[in-house]
Amino acid sequence: MSGTPVIAIEGVTKAFGDRGVLRGIDLEIAEHEAVAVIGASGSGKSTLLRCVDLLIEIDDGDILLDGEVITDPAADPVAVRRRLGFVFQAYNLFPHLNVIDNVTLGITRAHGLGREDAREAARATLARFGLEGREEESPSNLSGGQQQRVAIARAFATRPRAMLLDEVTSALDPELVGEVLRAVRDLKQEGVTMLIATHEMGFAREVADKVGFLHEGRLVEVGPPEQVLEDPRDPETQRFLRRLLEAGRA
Amino acid sequence: MEAEAARPDRRAERAAARRRRDRRGFAIAAASTVLVIGGLTALILTSSGWPAVRETFFNATVFKESFPDVAKAFWLDIRVFLIVEVAVLALGLLVALIRTSRAAAMFPLRLLAILYADIFRGIPTILLVYLIGFGIPALANSDAEGSSTLSWLPTEPVVLGAIALTLSYGAYVSEVYRAGLRSVHPGQRDAALAIGLTERQAMRHVVIPQAVRNVGPPLLNDFISLQKDVALIAIIGVTGEAFQVAQIMASTDFNYTPLLCAAVLYMAVTIPLARMLDRWDRGRVR
Repeated sequence: MSGTPVIAIEGVTKAFGDRGVLRGIDLEIAEHEAVAVIGASGSGKSTLLRCVDLLIEIDDGDILLDGEVITDPAADPVAVRRRLGFVFQAYNLFPHLNVIDNVTLGITRAHGLGREDAREAARATLARFGLEGREEESPSNLSGGQQQRVAIARAFATRPRAMLLDEVTSALDPELVGEVLRAVRDLKQEGVTMLIATHEMGFAREVADKVGFLHEGRLVEVGPPEQVLEDPRDPETQRFLRRLLEAGRA
Repeated sequence: MEAEAARPDRRAERAAARRRRDRRGFAIAAASTVLVIGGLTALILTSSGWPAVRETFFNATVFKESFPDVAKAFWLDIRVFLIVEVAVLALGLLVALIRTSRAAAMFPLRLLAILYADIFRGIPTILLVYLIGFGIPALANSDAEGSSTLSWLPTEPVVLGAIALTLSYGAYVSEVYRAGLRSVHPGQRDAALAIGLTERQAMRHVVIPQAVRNVGPPLLNDFISLQKDVALIAIIGVTGEAFQVAQIMASTDFNYTPLLCAAVLYMAVTIPLARMLDRWDRGRVR
């Protein structure tokens, strides 16, 4: 890996009250790289992603975007968030707006595009995620899988430097997981830089260039997926994967 | 084939049973309604005071004579209601936004907003109408030299009445809005920030529209009460208001039927509003 990483996380800690959720995280995501963070619920995966998008303020350490420190307390978080795309576990679509307005809101208000240009860009982005013809519908009329694809389109429409995907399939019925994973695979093929928190081991193996296992606020093991998922060195990773295997999820 | 024919037709049986149940329910509802309403009507109509009440409250001739004037006066009520309602919606939202803001610089405003909501919800609306209706003109009074630093204050009773109603209802409505703002899931704000909106844009385009939508029914409920309380401005000498006009008519010929005219007019506005509210609530539950 050469050049400046798109995202660099350096010694990041975060505690809620006296509960340390992140206890010194170091992780780099290079251009066009997809990094998956796996770990049990409550291990801090979501918190890590939310810290990168500056939705949560970190306690210590720094996060860099294209070599620039974005966690400087004096920096403007809005400008940083405009360069990143975030997809939430529960979609968080805006229920009072129809599908296309969900996508254009950020393009027009945050990125200053005119209404017609924004609609055109939104329509194209929705179409590539298989949502043509659904533009004028209310999000509540869509299936979970479709809603999550709208959320991916909303985050991706402005071509962010990196996409942050927070458990994007965890709220879905099993038969809808595939279509959302297909959308993420698409992003990967296009070379979109991604940081992915996930429970889907098979998916992490397939899409990620690098997998990190997060346990009690520490990345206890980071490496290529075949190594971390098939031949883990850390005893905690071994235990976690064994439990998943027993539950039939790996 | 034979086994199938032998099986009793459960579907038909259940439908028949359901029809029997429905018919019985309807019969019971009809009988009890006739009994209760009829009983109450009989009780009133047979009371010794009824002929006098009918004469002074339900006089058809007086009703017909006074209705046009009261209805004309009611137009003022409607106008005051509409203007006050718009002012209340704006003031209530402003106060709610100030109270939910977290910026340090807003602290004094936040304190004022809390004081305002507490004080104005704590004073009966009728008292507030009095205090403002008579207090403000007194402040604006000029001294011996004929000048006053507060002479710019309004002294028009109808304006003062509208201000008093706005302040009173603004305090209630700010609480309704505040509940609405709290009802919007925090994930909505996160999503708004994540697409690059500023805090202010997130409020304006994502949180407030949903908050207002969530509190539509309780807001409409406050509209209904406000519409009735417009009658209170009569007590500070607003002339040409429906209740006041009816009251004058009633006291000149000792017949209260004009007041019934006013009551009918108020109901003509509030009952449709109440039905609208019901439908809205039902539509939301769905």
